[in-house]
Amino acid sequence: MADKKLRIMVAKPGLDGHDRGARVLARCFRDAGFEVIYTGCHQTPEQIAAAAIQEDVDIVGLSCLSGAHRYLFPAVVTLLKDKGADDITVIGGGIIPDQDFKLMFDAGLKAIFTPGATLDSIVEWINTNVQPRA
Amino acid sequence: MYFATEVLTQSSELRKKWEDAVRKVIAKNADQKPEALWSTVSDLPIRRLYGPEDIKDMDFVRDIGYPGQFPFVRGNQVTGYRGKYWTFRMFSGMGDAKTTNERWHLLLKEGQTGLSTAFDFPTLMGYDTDSPKARGECGKCGVAIDTLEDFLQLVEGIPMDKVTTSMTINPPATALWAMYCAAAEIRGIPLNKIGGTIQNDMLKEFIAQKTLMCPPEPSVKLISDTVEFGTKHVPRWNTISISGYHIREAGATAVQELAFTLRDGMEYVEDVIRRKGLEVDAFAPRLSFFFNSHSDFFEEIAKLRAARRIWAKAMRDRYKAKDERSWWMRFHTQTAGCSLTAQQPYNNVVRTATQALAAVLGGTQSLHTNSLDEVLCLPSDHAVQIALRTQQIIAEETGAANTIDPLAGSYFVEALTNEMEEKAWEYIHKIDEMGGMVAAIEKGFPQLEIADSAYKYQRQIDAGEKIMVGINKYQTAEETPIPFLEIDDSVEKDQIERLTAVRRKRDNKTVKRCLDDLKGACKKGENVMPYCIEAVKNLASVQEICDVYREVFGEYRDPGLY
Repeated sequence: MADKKLRIMVAKPGLDGHDRGARVLARCFRDAGFEVIYTGCHQTPEQIAAAAIQEDVDIVGLSCLSGAHRYLFPAVVTLLKDKGADDITVIGGGIIPDQDFKLMFDAGLKAIFTPGATLDSIVEWINTNVQPRA
Repeated sequence: MYFATEVLTQSSELRKKWEDAVRKVIAKNADQKPEALWSTVSDLPIRRLYGPEDIKDMDFVRDIGYPGQFPFVRGNQVTGYRGKYWTFRMFSGMGDAKTTNERWHLLLKEGQTGLSTAFDFPTLMGYDTDSPKARGECGKCGVAIDTLEDFLQLVEGIPMDKVTTSMTINPPATALWAMYCAAAEIRGIPLNKIGGTIQNDMLKEFIAQKTLMCPPEPSVKLISDTVEFGTKHVPRWNTISISGYHIREAGATAVQELAFTLRDGMEYVEDVIRRKGLEVDAFAPRLSFFFNSHSDFFEEIAKLRAARRIWAKAMRDRYKAKDERSWWMRFHTQTAGCSLTAQQPYNNVVRTATQALAAVLGGTQSLHTNSLDEVLCLPSDHAVQIALRTQQIIAEETGAANTIDPLAGSYFVEALTNEMEEKAWEYIHKIDEMGGMVAAIEKGFPQLEIADSAYKYQRQIDAGEKIMVGINKYQTAEETPIPFLEIDDSVEKDQIERLTAVRRKRDNKTVKRCLDDLKGACKKGENVMPYCIEAVKNLASVQEICDVYREVFGEYRDPGLY
């Protein structure tokens, strides 16, 4: 299944409505040839984890600009792990201060992209680091 | 006609000469970048030069005129900024009510002339701090308000009969406005003495900002309730701040911001007339607007000038308003958060200053200037002071406020103002044909137009076709660290304790009765405002009121268009 398309879920956890980045990325991923599921705003970590498993995605991209990433991002990773889906890669982006990066990586996020990252650099990271799951 | 035929003939000859000269020069020395890239930040093509022929079809009396006169392109106030500067109104809120109150007093002491409230996400979305949906969000993006007790703490020591307060609150606007009214009453200030603004513009929430609760139709109904209540009881209150700011931040062009915002305004006018049977002149003077001031200096000035002219025409000709004050577009402006960069953050002071100057030259009546650190966190005391000083320097040092509408008559600015207006009307008519803004939103039209623009802009940035200094040009390897204001996670715990204590001490039977009465009013289509005021006085929480709306009107979920 070498040409199996990568399935990516772009998700907005929490109450944050700043969805410009998430929507631009969803479109960018579609143009890059991925299968894209965009959750829309205001998803709980539980909803995101359940949807990621049900949609059988390879990677989840979380976006948060409200400052609540400290709670929300690790919660999604933990829930996926609890449901035996820790082979789904989780990455994040938004307003994530440098001093929170360690917290994010320790929690199991594989990459964090902040404002200034180009669309192509994000696609390239995914293509290099994520394969469609068996 | 704006010029005598003779002038235009002469100009045309001179223009030809100049064009020949340009051709010769660029044959030898090409321009720095191709023709198409000399465009605004919104990608509107700009010519190398503007002259009399670009505004030859204008009519001075019809299209420009004088301040305080139709079509108000030069401003509503006959004295301009000489009578009063714009209101220096910094959007502010953080942590709990006490912390925010301290920031407000600091800002007033430093010369701020109006207050503006930033609420945290649970408050904005109509959830209490102890809701499972609110985990991790308390106080992060603004102040947490659960009950009237918090609100009284927020306005402690604020002269509510003198200072006007703006509240950026949308789905729960009725609840928060009710708290303001109740707080005034407790202080012994009559409702007809308080002044301020609730944002209360749900259409732009569906289009862009996404603080969502109920579906569009009942959302607009609740807004019309506030307009009616304000008209009758709180005459100095702006019950809607029809907002383009968030539309722009979501990625819209200047024209899209202008068009969607004004069409939203028209939708509210039509709804209040139809639903409440009010005469347009009874409420239209209290409608206010809120625009973004982005980085493209002249595009912003033209947009703001065009906005006043479009609204004046719409109110007079489309809605037959007779009171001059109904034709006025009064607006607040905020500099563009989305233009700021986390990289080399001190550059943000410069961006904000030029954007603020554009807003002033466009004739804004109220202004928020972003702090240099707002791209990373809530502003620190030091950063917010620089931002406030930026306004004070523009007002009192630069001379920009000396004369009214100083750019009027500029070939370029007038031509660009006309172009903004024409392109905005095209969108407005298109939305009319779709059956209005609610119908257009249900089709996803404005949402997808904005998504197109946002995507296109990001691609242009990535390709280096549009420049953001420090992002895709003039990058530095080493970053200058700036002080970082953090909202401690303990704020959430303390706020939950306060809310629990209120729930314990209040008369829960009375609260339940108030909420049942509110539910009855919602079902019967009565105006909800008196019921909200009664409920908050008895310490009903923001979420308890919003849960009534969610139960009666249903919940709206973001369709996730992209």
